[in-house]
Amino acid sequence: MRGEGHTIESNQMVIPIGALDDLIGALRERGYRVLGPTVRDGAIVYDELAGAGELPIGWTDSQDGGHYRLERREDDARFGFAVGPQSWKRFLFPPRLRLWRARLGGGVPAVEEEPLDDQPLAFLGVRSCELHAIEIQDRVFLGGRHTDRDYASRREDVFLVAVNCFEPGGTCFCTSMGTGPKVESGSDLTLTELFDGEHRFLVEAGSERGAELLAGLSGRPVGPADVEEAERSVATATDRMGRTMEAFDLRDLLERNLEHPRWDDVAQRCLTCGNCTLVCPTCFCSAVEDETDLSGGEAERWRVWDTCFSVDYSHIHGGSIRPSGRSRYRQWMTHKLGTWHDQFGSSGCVGCGRCITWCPVGIDITEEVAAIRATDGAGADATVA
Amino acid sequence: MATATVIERPGPGSMVPAPFLVAAREQDTVDTWTLTLDPIDGPRPSIAPGQFMMVYAFGVGEVPISVSGPPGRPGPVVLTVRSVGAVTAAVCGSEPGATLGLRGPFGTPWPVESAGGGDVLVIAGGIGLAPLRPVVLDLLERRTGYGSAAVLYGARTPGDLLYTRLFDSWRRTLDVEVTVDTAGPDWPGRVGVVTKLLPGARFRPEQTTAFVCGPEIMMRFAARALLERGVAPERILLSMERHMDCGIGLCGHCQLGPTLICRDGPVYPYSTLAPWLEVREL
Amino acid sequence: MPRSLDDLLADVPFFEGLGDDTRALLAGCARNVHFGAGDRIFKEGGEADVFYVVRHGSVAVEAFVPARGPVTIETIEAGDVLGWSWLFPPYRWHFDARALAVVRATVFDAVCLREKCDADPALGYALMGRFAQVLIDRLQSTRLRLLDVYGNGNRH
Repeated sequence: MRGEGHTIESNQMVIPIGALDDLIGALRERGYRVLGPTVRDGAIVYDELAGAGELPIGWTDSQDGGHYRLERREDDARFGFAVGPQSWKRFLFPPRLRLWRARLGGGVPAVEEEPLDDQPLAFLGVRSCELHAIEIQDRVFLGGRHTDRDYASRREDVFLVAVNCFEPGGTCFCTSMGTGPKVESGSDLTLTELFDGEHRFLVEAGSERGAELLAGLSGRPVGPADVEEAERSVATATDRMGRTMEAFDLRDLLERNLEHPRWDDVAQRCLTCGNCTLVCPTCFCSAVEDETDLSGGEAERWRVWDTCFSVDYSHIHGGSIRPSGRSRYRQWMTHKLGTWHDQFGSSGCVGCGRCITWCPVGIDITEEVAAIRATDGAGADATVA
Repeated sequence: MATATVIERPGPGSMVPAPFLVAAREQDTVDTWTLTLDPIDGPRPSIAPGQFMMVYAFGVGEVPISVSGPPGRPGPVVLTVRSVGAVTAAVCGSEPGATLGLRGPFGTPWPVESAGGGDVLVIAGGIGLAPLRPVVLDLLERRTGYGSAAVLYGARTPGDLLYTRLFDSWRRTLDVEVTVDTAGPDWPGRVGVVTKLLPGARFRPEQTTAFVCGPEIMMRFAARALLERGVAPERILLSMERHMDCGIGLCGHCQLGPTLICRDGPVYPYSTLAPWLEVREL
Repeated sequence: MPRSLDDLLADVPFFEGLGDDTRALLAGCARNVHFGAGDRIFKEGGEADVFYVVRHGSVAVEAFVPARGPVTIETIEAGDVLGWSWLFPPYRWHFDARALAVVRATVFDAVCLREKCDADPALGYALMGRFAQVLIDRLQSTRLRLLDVYGNGNRH
């Protein structure tokens, strides 16, 4: 149904809060499994949504180093929070994935590749930093000589409904990384939640299929007050980042500070628990697990999430290349902020702050970078006299 | 249960191993075997020297193994494997008629062509001669394309030397000098580190390309010895090893600083690697 | 009352037999240093422009083996000389050195010394002779250790 005064060519519209249910419904009708934020176990996680009522209505998150709490808002904002412990990568790059099965015994083993999951997904509530993270993982899994078959299949049809942040978190620093808070591109639809006078969404289409879906929703044309409030919302969010990181020249800075004493300092605190790699939306390391049943008649290969913080991660015959926690923390941080540029042409960090929030001891990469910058070159001289 | 269909020949970047039949198995040393494998389905692969395969022992696991056979033309896959863990033990124990799964070939090759017209040194330590054998085979075949060519090979003891039965035939075309770290009274040959073979080798440093493979510390010392004699760092080639789970640049494990060894290596010029080799636990 | 460098050198076995003038010459290229336990003294590949005479404490000479970690090749004790890579080009350390305990040492500036040796071949000969002896001793003992005489005869 077309909204009043709205043509199929228009790519923006204002919809009332209730229309969010229609949006979800329209996606489900088109065969998408709609995934979005919902409250569970004291956190905001991403899961299948049957309707807009399952969103974290009136909730916000309080985040700091090693700290995450949900708190009640005074309004009933649908997206009044930053990001939770999960990222969208769990749907595009599942934590556990069977790659193939083989039947052994009697002649040549027959290998049966796992059929691809062809259920199209819709992500509702994707932040700008998360869009960038998805783009980064696209480069990892699809940009090289060999692509990831499963990721390609899951990624192909994903319908992205992005949301402009108006409530950045205590550990957010997307502005430092150039990844937000405003959604610039890469989504099918973008929602900006507005409150003045009427609780509503400004919806912008970013693709043909986004425009097509938008055309089916009831709403009204965008007015100057809507635009003004949306701009103000973005500007406010931009100024309220919980952290900053000076990202200039980070690749070279880290490359020349591989023996900086700060690594010893952070090693004293880091538990090498790997939480940061689990919550990070761009971490992509995986391990291959080859399993067999007790009879030895059937074998399976699984791909599972791995973390560079485990000692086994770098194990070769003879021992691990990185036995110390110091070397493993250094590997993670210098890869994420430094050598990722060499490998994939961009930073691996989108400034979402999850690694800071979910570190049990509150290690803060923005602080670690600042500390190294402050004494750039320390520890480089090999001879102590 | 219905018979599962074997999937069509897996694509080059697949995680599905292609089944290969063990055609021959020969023991080289107390813990090393050389297997020759043929594809059960499809043509024999052509593998560039220095490339590796991901070798899967069904039901046990998968490891990267460098290919040791004649390079650059379709042929059976030759793997020299040292038994150091569950997977390699299963691979080494595979008798003729057994099936192994192979993925690949992956990785960057030894740039043998670029050495043409100049002198060549092949410097191997221990099992490091296995990934270098394709270079030797290429040199044997195209001997007139090079100046002087020598294989300098060191192992722990005489019993650990690989391919000794081939040395006489190699010596018809190349210099082959061998040394061990320790030996008993029956050993008539040299005892000492492999770099000690350099002073006796005939080569013009400014025209020399050196292909070096062995334990990382041995490659480091060999590279230094070559540099001290005037071989250019970009003409010293090393073959690096790191933990690999996928072999296709997606699992992240084989990183060394900015490089992924399965994708940008395993063969690198020393000039590229030098800064990263100096950082401990990188 | 702190002793002069010259006096300290007089007590070092390595310099025994050198005349007072020669010792004074050497002292001119030297100064005292100390390292805390665990301090790295030099790193493989670094510029070898000094050598040390350890007066107190001990130093581990190590090689870093990837996946194995640092392996101690030898320890240098009080009275021993540490470092001979300064003698010949490319003047780069071949191994790492790390103080095992608090170390007090006299450090000699190799550039200064090489110049003095060039100017005074007799001094150069005297120093080379002493270093040659140290090297021979270290080599003999390394050869003995190669024999692995304490091994139980099994290869693995």
